[in-house]
Amino acid sequence: MLALQLAVDAGPPSTFSVLPALIAVPVLTAVLLALLPADREAEIKLTALVGTVITGALSFYVLWQFDAADGGLQFVSRATWIESLGLSWFLAVDGISLFLVVLTGLLFPIAILTTEPHHDPKPYYLWLTLLMAGSMGAFLALDLLLFFLFFEVVLVPMYFLIGGWGHGNKVYAAMKFFLYTMAASALMLVGIVSLVFLASGDTGGPTFDVTILAENHELSRLASFLVFGSFALAFAVKVPVFPVHTWLPDAHTEAPTAGSVILAGVMLKLGTYGLLRFGLYLFPDVTRDLAPLFLTLGVIGIVYGAAVATMQTDLKRLVAYSSVAHMGFIVLGIFALNSQGLQGGIIQMVNHGVSTGALFILVGWVYERRHTREIAALGGLQKAAPVMAAVFTLVMLSSIGLPGLNGFVGEFLVLLGAFSSARWWAVIATTGVILAALYLLWAYQRVFHGPADGENAEMADLRPTELLGIMPLLVLIVFMGVYPKPVLDRIEPAVDVLIAHIEERVDDFEEDEPAPTERPGVPGLVATAEAAHEGEEGEESADDAESGSEEEG
Amino acid sequence: MQLLAQQAVQGVIPDVAWSLIAPFVVLAVGGILLITITSVVPALRFNGFPAGFTILTAGVSAAFLIPVWNRVTDDGPQSVVGGALAIDHFSLYSWGVICLAVFGVGALLDGYLRREGLDGPEWYVLMLMSASGGMLLVAAEDLILTFLGLEILSIAVYVLAGLHLRRSDSQEAAFKYFVLGALSSAVFLYGIALVYGATGSTSLSVIAGARADNPAGLNPLENSSMMLVGMAMILVGFAFKVSAVPFHMWTPDVYQGSPSPVVAFMASAVKAAGFAGLIRVFWQGFGWYFEDWRAPMIVLAAASLLVGSFLALPQTNVKRMLAYSSIAHAGFMLTAVQAIASDDTEVSVLAAEALLFYLLAYTIMVVGTFGVITLVGAGADGRGDGAHSLDDYVGLARSRPLLAGMMAVLLFSQAGIPFTSGFLAKFRVIAAAADSGSYVLAGIAMLTAVVAAVLYLRIVVSMFLASGPVVAHAATDAAVDDEADTEDGAGAGDDHGDDEPVDGPEVAMPRPAVLAIFVAAAATIALGILPIVDRGLLTDAATALVALK
Repeated sequence: MLALQLAVDAGPPSTFSVLPALIAVPVLTAVLLALLPADREAEIKLTALVGTVITGALSFYVLWQFDAADGGLQFVSRATWIESLGLSWFLAVDGISLFLVVLTGLLFPIAILTTEPHHDPKPYYLWLTLLMAGSMGAFLALDLLLFFLFFEVVLVPMYFLIGGWGHGNKVYAAMKFFLYTMAASALMLVGIVSLVFLASGDTGGPTFDVTILAENHELSRLASFLVFGSFALAFAVKVPVFPVHTWLPDAHTEAPTAGSVILAGVMLKLGTYGLLRFGLYLFPDVTRDLAPLFLTLGVIGIVYGAAVATMQTDLKRLVAYSSVAHMGFIVLGIFALNSQGLQGGIIQMVNHGVSTGALFILVGWVYERRHTREIAALGGLQKAAPVMAAVFTLVMLSSIGLPGLNGFVGEFLVLLGAFSSARWWAVIATTGVILAALYLLWAYQRVFHGPADGENAEMADLRPTELLGIMPLLVLIVFMGVYPKPVLDRIEPAVDVLIAHIEERVDDFEEDEPAPTERPGVPGLVATAEAAHEGEEGEESADDAESGSEEEG
Repeated sequence: MQLLAQQAVQGVIPDVAWSLIAPFVVLAVGGILLITITSVVPALRFNGFPAGFTILTAGVSAAFLIPVWNRVTDDGPQSVVGGALAIDHFSLYSWGVICLAVFGVGALLDGYLRREGLDGPEWYVLMLMSASGGMLLVAAEDLILTFLGLEILSIAVYVLAGLHLRRSDSQEAAFKYFVLGALSSAVFLYGIALVYGATGSTSLSVIAGARADNPAGLNPLENSSMMLVGMAMILVGFAFKVSAVPFHMWTPDVYQGSPSPVVAFMASAVKAAGFAGLIRVFWQGFGWYFEDWRAPMIVLAAASLLVGSFLALPQTNVKRMLAYSSIAHAGFMLTAVQAIASDDTEVSVLAAEALLFYLLAYTIMVVGTFGVITLVGAGADGRGDGAHSLDDYVGLARSRPLLAGMMAVLLFSQAGIPFTSGFLAKFRVIAAAADSGSYVLAGIAMLTAVVAAVLYLRIVVSMFLASGPVVAHAATDAAVDDEADTEDGAGAGDDHGDDEPVDGPEVAMPRPAVLAIFVAAAATIALGILPIVDRGLLTDAATALVALK
């Protein structure tokens, strides 16, 4: 934070921390992979694994060194990039991005450990490591344009992963994924530069620094609305929010297992993270006004995703649609615009990455062994593969949101937050929890229970390496369910800072508009702010009660 | 003799500052020397001598740019040859871009001519001539000289387009290019005549000054209609050269038929010179009227963006696809040109930087892209210039991973993917457009960039992902794939069985061409990450350009 203030006062000084290494190590690994001969397959995999594990270890180092009491930016790393345009290489973490960074650092080694490419390992691992660098960069960047660069560039490795190592109609799925998301973010670039130039008077010269923009910009109502809209479209497609989710089932179903894991675990979070960091943080007033729209879309996503998931005959597609539902919860939490909702949304991002990532790994294993994902063709797998069935049960229950496992903490907080600010949406969203139990339990029953015929009876169980690979996720599922306090402790200060920022900015806006009668939102606004305060105070006790009940369960 | 002496006394023969125009002179004299030497010593017609000589000439020319640049930095912009040529940072920057194009195309031509068994030096001579014409065009401060530069630039390229004597496509392209080009030149000349009629001069500074000096008699609606028509005609001439819609009709046919290295030259040097000349004439000469010409520029830009990107979609010939993509790129550059037209100097400088960066980035990446097309175009026989279907690229990633990788970098850069020069170029243009208030045009530019991305992705798909012909039977193939997948129960874990490695084209890789492509790809990434040209070069050139008005 000190560095930040300096930056405002005396131009941006260069500061450095461990964060650039989180991007540099995977890039260097990719360069190393490019130099290895293509037939040295064992060395290639080892290189990729070591590179991603080092990155993961660095992300845990960041977690370990993170000051839990500080809600501001930490590990600030800053250097000017293109001075004439006001671009800077500005990386930092706070409680909002911390766990997404750790999640990224965790999921990539696991994805590499638990899955194998079927051909051409060299380019496969090359793309995976580049994808890791891009994802890390997107979560760490606090320069708007730098974020956009990473946000866009991750499309390329994912495009090659789906198109090169996917299944079925993979080229179509890869193209659809690429163009859909690129089209959505095309206007975002216009939005970014418009914001920067419109605000350059308020910020003292064009700057892409998110913190400076958020504190100082005084965009007109219409301009804010349009810029926010261009951001929100890009992020909504990435999440994906209900009407623009159609790329996701194709991309997920056709992607290779590692691709699905990363797509669900890391890349979808770019959307919700973006909504939080660049939507809500930069445009709190517009966000508040549009909250009902996003709450509605989020709830539709929850119910629709769950309903469609129930009807799927393809196991992987089912998990893909369950993602739509789960991401709906995160959107609900963010746009509840209070402390519990935001905390729930953030922790739910991590939970979804862990649980759905694990689910995709499991589905991938089933597919590798049985060469089909058709639920109808599977059955009775638990007789041949009891360990896999047990692991699947745990992950599935976490995804459903069973108390005592991680999914519950996030969903509960989200629903709590939404209930206090948007009651009826929360009520409808609750049905999503029930539907989740329906489609997942039903799928589990059809796949793992019942009589096992032919190949189903002979399916191999998990190998020790596979179990070892997925174990960190299982541990997290239980740990975060039983004792979420260490996670919430680090998220909460950042959320408080964000909420304080919203109150301050929206109050400013009120003062600028001396005619409250013309603005129907204003009376409600005060109430919301008060509710948020109360929410914060009540937070602790709710938290305690919750973990207490979980331990009993 | 007496007459000459008399004129000299009167100062009609201007003093020529040879040291300042050395880069231009080296290129022009180099071309003349090359044809002389190779005519006198026929043994030097082969064995890469002309290519080496051309690259050396371009190198010497580029080397001269440095001291001249420094002199301009110290002494300010110079007007030489009796006020006909402007030696400022903007001219020098554009000259540098033209030199880069000559470098790259020279390296491509060598392998191409050997492969095709074509007779040598006249290709290089024409290219050097054309490039020197381009240099003249961008530095000309007099419309007559602008026209001269434009014609030297164009006529040499008309000939180059038809120089692949065995291919009727090449002849057809040259003929089409020549007829339409001659028409546009005539319109251009007519425009010059009208501007002369309105202002009484062809000198850009006088044209600008005549207007500024007589503010009393100024009523654009009554007195300047001749001027406005003249400007419009000159704009048409330039729009033809830079292939802006609706003057783009020749582009796909000419790109498809012309020899591939020549297309690289057309898309790089000719386009860069065209844009630089356009902005010099319109900003320096007609800057006073910018509110009048800004609107047509916006229309041209929007039309180029839309037509270029949408009409690229149904194409299956890679050269045609890239022809349309070059139209779309022209739309981007015009977006920057219209943003220069502003009262606010800061806005203008930002837009000028965007335009100049775009010219540099596009020149580099388009030379590299057409370099790959040149190599792949040989097809199965290793000869001819006809293998430009998407199918000819299938499996290239397997047979020539390096070439396919470099092509992917160049194509992603053209699509505007981050960490390439193409992204920063587009970003700068969008920033300039937003800064000048053209939000709608910026939005159109970004959305059409996504449409254009489809065509680059289709080429990438052919090289990397396709497992069979992509053009003829794509639909049925996909259907077969699907069936194979569902029935493929026992297939040992690979639904990739239908991914039998496709033997891609065994493309010959002549070293100079591969080196040029590699440098282009590396520069594309470097320019996308590091602000190499920003300090000094770009800002100075842009400031010089904006100061012209």
